[in-house]
Amino acid sequence: MDSSSSLIVCPECDALHYDQDIPADSIGRCMRCGTVLAAQHAGAMTRITMLALAALVLMVAAIFFPFLDLRSHGLEHRASILDAILAFSRGPMIMLSIAVAVLIVALPVLRLLALVYVFAPMALGWHPARHAKAAFRFAEQVKPWSMAEIFIIGVAVALVKVAGIAKVEIGPAFWALAALVLITVLKDTFMCRFTVWKTLARRNTGS
Amino acid sequence: MENSGASQHRILTAREAGYVGCRMCGRANPVGAHVCTRCGSKLPTNGRAGLQPVWAWLIAGLIAYIPANLWPMLRTSVFGRTQESTIIGGVVELVEYGSYGVAFIVFLASVMIPIAKFIAIAYLAITLEGRTRLSTHDRMKLYEVVEFIGRWSMIDVFVVAILTALVQLDFAVAINPGIAAASFALSVAFTMLAAQSFDPRLIWDGPQKAGHYGKSGTKS
Ligand SMILES: [Zn+2]
Repeated sequence: MDSSSSLIVCPECDALHYDQDIPADSIGRCMRCGTVLAAQHAGAMTRITMLALAALVLMVAAIFFPFLDLRSHGLEHRASILDAILAFSRGPMIMLSIAVAVLIVALPVLRLLALVYVFAPMALGWHPARHAKAAFRFAEQVKPWSMAEIFIIGVAVALVKVAGIAKVEIGPAFWALAALVLITVLKDTFMCRFTVWKTLARRNTGS
Repeated sequence: MENSGASQHRILTAREAGYVGCRMCGRANPVGAHVCTRCGSKLPTNGRAGLQPVWAWLIAGLIAYIPANLWPMLRTSVFGRTQESTIIGGVVELVEYGSYGVAFIVFLASVMIPIAKFIAIAYLAITLEGRTRLSTHDRMKLYEVVEFIGRWSMIDVFVVAILTALVQLDFAVAINPGIAAASFALSVAFTMLAAQSFDPRLIWDGPQKAGHYGKSGTKS
């Protein structure tokens, strides 16, 4: 290893730092702009793996169980997330249907799978899986496009809009999705991107 | 963390020390590297991402935002009578129902945030060259806010999707999406891409030396 591997560069302001080991359950910030550069959480790899697995189970429940139940004028209609995705599938709006499917189901699921693939071997103390780097790069790039939590707020707004014309009840899928959002937030607070990359690089070289 | 510069009062940057920082993993790569040796991410040619993609995505987002406001977002049919409402129309309806809080959220996400984002990204790109009123730290904060908040504008698109899926009671009440839902979704996606392709290190580089590595190694 050359000397540059003991350096760390702030991704926001380019300040160069010596990469020091920091104590457990603490964070190291950039001297110039305050961006978090390192974070240590005891057992982070195991926790991230467990939370990602739990989130995957909740995702399956959220997609297939009824989400909202609407009653009006003696008629009833149940909708699951799958229905919300297929909402635009008639006619020229199909592109929007695909976009919603990608943002609230496909990308969150793929991101969770990628995280399990990267973190499960690490949690067990094994060498990283093949293509673990590509998988983690994907998970990080996809993060802003994974919009389950925004969808939840959308549901709340939709409930208010519908309240005038019909009676709406919240189904089990809503609570599954709400729990999923909480778990995702919790998982992302345990994850320090730079620390993960350093661990991946170190374990790959076998030292 | 401790800076690599000798003096406590001057911060040494990776560029000055002859490195290209990887924004994905923090690795200090040698100048001229195309791919990060730690994580395999592509590194921009001059060590900084250019402004062209930022402007391109921003203009695309702006263009898509115009039809998003002019065309209907929702088509509501009650017993055969169809009523179309635009983004602003939807907000007005919510106010008429007395749901001021929700009206405010929708107005914030669909009107205020998109417009503020267009202005903020353009401002950050323009003020790289020349003097500005906001300090470097303030512009950095502005960038962080823009990057964080942009995706929340998608709320209204999801509202339309949920309402369309839910409110299908045959002849009695039916809600269908309008064309504006698609152009609004595109506008939000394009502005997210504009914010993501902006390299915040340009803010800290200052106006004089955008895109060059002339000074590497001369400062300590
Ligand atoms: Zn890298």
